[in-house]
Amino acid sequence: MPAILAERLTKIFGRGETEVHALIDVSLAVEVGELVALMGPSGSGKTTLLRALSLIDPPTQGCITIAGERVCTDSLAVVDDRRLRREKMGIIFQAYNLIPFLTALENVAIVLTLNGVPYREAMRRAGDLLGRLDLAHRAGIHPATLSGGEQQRVSVARAVVNNPAVILADEPTAALDTERGKSVMNLLRRLGRERQAAVIVVTHDERMVEGFDRVYHMVDGRISGGH
Amino acid sequence: MSSHTLEAELQVNLAIRDIRYRLGRFLLTALGLGLLLGTVMAMGGIYRGMVEDALSLVRAPGADLWVVQKDTNGPFAETSRIPEDLYRVIRAVPGVREASPIAFQSLQLRVPPRLFRVQLIGHRPGSLGSPPAIAAGRPIVRSRYEMLIDRKAGVPLKTEIRIGRLTFTVVGLTEGIVSSAGDPAAFVSLRDAQEIQFLKANEAIRNDRARLEEDLRAAPSLYGVPATVLAPILQDTHLANAVLVRLEPWADPKEVAERIERWNHYRAMTTKEQEEVLAKSVIERARQQILLFRIILLAVSTVVIALILYTMTMEKTRDIATLKVIGAPDWKIAGLIMQQALALGLLGYGMGAVFISLVSDYFPRRVAILPFDQYMLLGIVVTICVLASVLGIRRALHVDPTTALGGGA
Repeated sequence: MPAILAERLTKIFGRGETEVHALIDVSLAVEVGELVALMGPSGSGKTTLLRALSLIDPPTQGCITIAGERVCTDSLAVVDDRRLRREKMGIIFQAYNLIPFLTALENVAIVLTLNGVPYREAMRRAGDLLGRLDLAHRAGIHPATLSGGEQQRVSVARAVVNNPAVILADEPTAALDTERGKSVMNLLRRLGRERQAAVIVVTHDERMVEGFDRVYHMVDGRISGGH
Repeated sequence: MSSHTLEAELQVNLAIRDIRYRLGRFLLTALGLGLLLGTVMAMGGIYRGMVEDALSLVRAPGADLWVVQKDTNGPFAETSRIPEDLYRVIRAVPGVREASPIAFQSLQLRVPPRLFRVQLIGHRPGSLGSPPAIAAGRPIVRSRYEMLIDRKAGVPLKTEIRIGRLTFTVVGLTEGIVSSAGDPAAFVSLRDAQEIQFLKANEAIRNDRARLEEDLRAAPSLYGVPATVLAPILQDTHLANAVLVRLEPWADPKEVAERIERWNHYRAMTTKEQEEVLAKSVIERARQQILLFRIILLAVSTVVIALILYTMTMEKTRDIATLKVIGAPDWKIAGLIMQQALALGLLGYGMGAVFISLVSDYFPRRVAILPFDQYMLLGIVVTICVLASVLGIRRALHVDPTTALGGGA
């Protein structure tokens, strides 16, 4: 059973003459421990697909199954999307999006505390993970004083700390130089495999998809077969 | 919420973390709010002080009844003149334990280099109407030319003060007895007070006497009566503004008052009635003015808190969106704003309380900060914070989580 399964997703923005079909009949299945890249030019729909898969901006039509929990457009109103994201997803942003008033350690630990992990345990687990990412010495520092690469590593730690079924990353290397970008991508690959998560990364940089299991291309809201 | 979640919530408190991160700005905001709330407290304190001051004069003698001129609310609200010796008759009324005349007059004193107003109280030393306690010096023991004055006047003992033709020596100081206008009380003997209040200047006496001689010449029935004999009778200074009455413990104030009023020339008011007259007629407008001002200040505080919280929320739009994306429930986000609102309000309240306690003594009038008023204001501040945070929470709950995501479609 795939970790995440998207069935015939359609996303329409606007109405009437201003109607835009951002996703057209997109289907996608990513297995446990599989790494998938979504590539395509600007406006092709890759970020829209990521938003739809994370239920941040749900599709207009279609169904998504995340770790066995199926959500269709007709059941969206009764689905607690935040619980799904909290428990089953890890999301990495292009601009890191760390909470500025929390330290690096707290930024990671908060995901655990939101899931009911006791404070001390959450801090311990977050600290261990940051140590593995060579960030132990930066754990008590606020994001504003971390470098871009460090912030993105903290962001990756936040996404994986709760062992989610699915990790969704939106252009995670866009704000980094090539070397740091590759380092973050390697980290994501390593942690994804280690934790048996399905990883979907949106990127427009061919150099970053090295070692991925499948690469999908998106054009005009449609997805092409992976290779 | 499970105990685990509760523990986590207590220890990764977003509101506290945010406050700590922006501590300087938060403290400055709280200080600004504190000054505003301090002003609200000051207005309440001024109002209470005004009431306390006004009532201090009524309460100081410890009388049960005030006998005043008929159809008046005197002696504080209206002019009341009654014969001084009325107290002898009142003393004979069953249930009356003690009665003593008293005179009040507001006048200006000069103690070089200062010029200030006092509430002059003429009384029979040692009788009802004497100050309840002497803070320094001694009570009046001589029948003339001695004065007790409230500490608020800032006049030291043994100071000589001239009023009209009389010179007084300050022999004692009282504390906390002031008029409704906040002027310190000055106690002199009734005879001194009568001279100050009712005795005219020598020139005026001579003019009156000349006028009386003219009148006598025009009245054949009074032929032969010299004006020098009649003038002192007509210029009666043996008047008082009220007679204070203390009742026997068993006496019913209403019954005694009715008995006194039955003579038709006088009105007997209980101390409570006198207090009401003072509170309603003398300081009512000032009270309403201050109350209205307090309401306006509280409304301003509400708007200020709401705007501060709204701005604080707006600044965190992206963080709130991120929290939504990582799965933070609405109550956690609402809690962040509500807790910050309460922290801001409580800190502002605390700063305001400290501020007012530091400056209250420098106000020209008494600022009476009562615990009850402070608790009331605390309750109002908490309510305001909760109401004001609704705007911020509403905004936060409407933040679109996609705000957290970059990149194109």
